[in-house]
Amino acid sequence: MAKILMKGNEAIGEAAIRAGATNYFCYPITPQTEVAEYLARRMPEVGGVFLQAESEVAVGNMLFGAAATGRRVFTTSSSPGISLMQEAISYIAGAQLPCVLLNIMRGGPGLGGILPAQSDYFQATKGGGHGDYRLMVLAPSSIQEAVDLTMDAFPLAEKYRNPVMIIGDGMIGQMMEPVEFPDEVDKGDPATNEGWAATGARDRKPRVIKSLYLDPYKLEENSYVLHEKYEQMKQHEVRYERYKISAKNDLLIVSYGTMARICQTAIDELEQEGVSVGLFRPITLFPYPEKELRKEIEARNVKNVLVVEMSCGQMLEDVERVVQGVKPVTFFGRTGGIVPSPEEAKEQIKNMIKKPTRAKKASKATAKKQAAKKKSSKRQRKDA
Amino acid sequence: MHTEQATKTIFQRPESLSETVTHYCPGCTHGIIHRLVAESLDELGLREQAVGVAPVGCSVLIYNYFNTDFLEAPHGRAPALATGFKRIRPDMTVFTYQGDGDLASIGMGEIVHAANRGEKITVIFVNNAIYGMTGGQMAPTTLEGQITTTCPHGRDTTQTGQPIRVAELLSTLATPAYIERVSVHSPMHIIHAKKAIRQAFTYQKDSVCFSLVEVLSTCPTNWGITPTEATKWLEENMFGYYPLKRFKQPMTEEGA
Ligand SMILES: Cc1ncc(C[n+]2csc(CCOP(=O)(O)OP(=O)(O)O)c2C)c(N)n1
Ligand code: SF4
Repeated sequence: MAKILMKGNEAIGEAAIRAGATNYFCYPITPQTEVAEYLARRMPEVGGVFLQAESEVAVGNMLFGAAATGRRVFTTSSSPGISLMQEAISYIAGAQLPCVLLNIMRGGPGLGGILPAQSDYFQATKGGGHGDYRLMVLAPSSIQEAVDLTMDAFPLAEKYRNPVMIIGDGMIGQMMEPVEFPDEVDKGDPATNEGWAATGARDRKPRVIKSLYLDPYKLEENSYVLHEKYEQMKQHEVRYERYKISAKNDLLIVSYGTMARICQTAIDELEQEGVSVGLFRPITLFPYPEKELRKEIEARNVKNVLVVEMSCGQMLEDVERVVQGVKPVTFFGRTGGIVPSPEEAKEQIKNMIKKPTRAKKASKATAKKQAAKKKSSKRQRKDA
Repeated sequence: MHTEQATKTIFQRPESLSETVTHYCPGCTHGIIHRLVAESLDELGLREQAVGVAPVGCSVLIYNYFNTDFLEAPHGRAPALATGFKRIRPDMTVFTYQGDGDLASIGMGEIVHAANRGEKITVIFVNNAIYGMTGGQMAPTTLEGQITTTCPHGRDTTQTGQPIRVAELLSTLATPAYIERVSVHSPMHIIHAKKAIRQAFTYQKDSVCFSLVEVLSTCPTNWGITPTEATKWLEENMFGYYPLKRFKQPMTEEGA
């Protein structure tokens, strides 16, 4: 199929429809409202369900009820709206239903702003709602990748009967790029979900879809069932991209989403100047590519690891967890809706390579030393 | 002369109810309401296509007592789950069963909008003027002066507002609906309540409109009185403020 120029939000909406997710519930919020507007037009054409709810609390719970039918269901929102869906997400994970959610992140906390950010990393990857559960989290860095991951998200959600969240910053939603929709797409088959969906107690025992287990042993059992699924995801679903990683690298950058793309530009330009930098880009934020990142770090003669995010440093904690002090980990980020330019990233990289140990944004190791000296363990940030 | 009279079953457990013994307190009317719902599903032949949505409240375990599929919702969100389900499966019968804390407090947003969208679902709203499951706290429906654990000196309406009349409130919406308030504290009232619940499911079966039956119910445990006193208390105190009435019905061809 030929490439078409599309805005991220619309391309994602189209991808969902083509993946058979013809059941969509939403509430308007910038910067993702175009998904809703696009699907308001498209859903009737394909005989699907489009419903604008009264709130994101309701959206999350409509998604819950909808997922119980065994059909592919979908919602999109942005940070404050995703916060309101956390109740339902926790219940959906507990009840083991598949669904896909898109968070086109904007700056927070609170009402924050409407410009691109990556500050919902913790919320997406570490819980968000209550209880022992995880989401599978996918982070595209281009519109084409957003389309591909949206199409993959539905079968993945069904495979694990767990919610999958796609997180993109406002750029992914708003940017226009040429995209290609594959001809062959897994559209799902409700018949394959007959084993767990609520379809009516005809010729079988009644089925209850629930997250309530008053007996602690039963609840523990359910939590272990969930836990085992997350272990399986770690085994089988990790995705990442390596960019110009080589033995010559002076520095290894870890970055995801749009920010990783900006880093790529910086890396290309630095290459012209004779500076060698590699990029490790996690595509699945949960399961995090732990072993793979660790391998890169151990195998290479990398002196420094630089984490770059549009936040005050959230994925940073995962990188630190993986690196375990083997190499200094440094952070650079802008937040609140500010998207660092490639020049800004370049400047940071150059500074680090020149005087890594005296880097302004200290690594965990140096921060520890500083903490011991100054009794302050606060990591310094560029914008602090 | 010995007879060969055929035995005829005149009363039995509805097929829509399971054999599980309920956990409800003696004298609690939740069990009666369950039965009326189950009888209606049986009579209309809806059991095999029914999906109930359980609330958070004393009736959270309702799914153990029914012989139908069930979803268990977060507190107050049953109408949102029911909406999501019914929109995709309009051919199925979807009902919620909710207490007054669940529906009229934490879930007020969801019920108002589900009713206003005219979702073709059936809501069984159990008004016992108190939070039962959590041990007798004030509900939005608690009567003025009524004592609960969180209004130990009686509900002070200058601070908490007047009790919410759900049936009346929802009846102000312009969207067509069937809304009736009934009671199950006496056999006569139970017979009438059954008719209303069956009517609600009939409207859903015929894809006519949103339907809600508010059922006045007793909670002897948290009202702190005996079951017999509770039925009396209900009649003496709740009837005045919560009149039994059909508040709204759709304009159908039968001229209802
Ligand atoms: C989000 C949330 N808040 C609070 C609770 C605690 N809670 C459980 S049941 C209940 C009240 C239920 O009362 P009602 O709806 O009147 O039903 P009843 O028990 O009287 O049948 C509350 C507040 C909860 N489970 N979830
Ligand atoms: S606490 Fe009240 S509502 Fe709950 S089961 Fe007992 S009597 Fe019924």
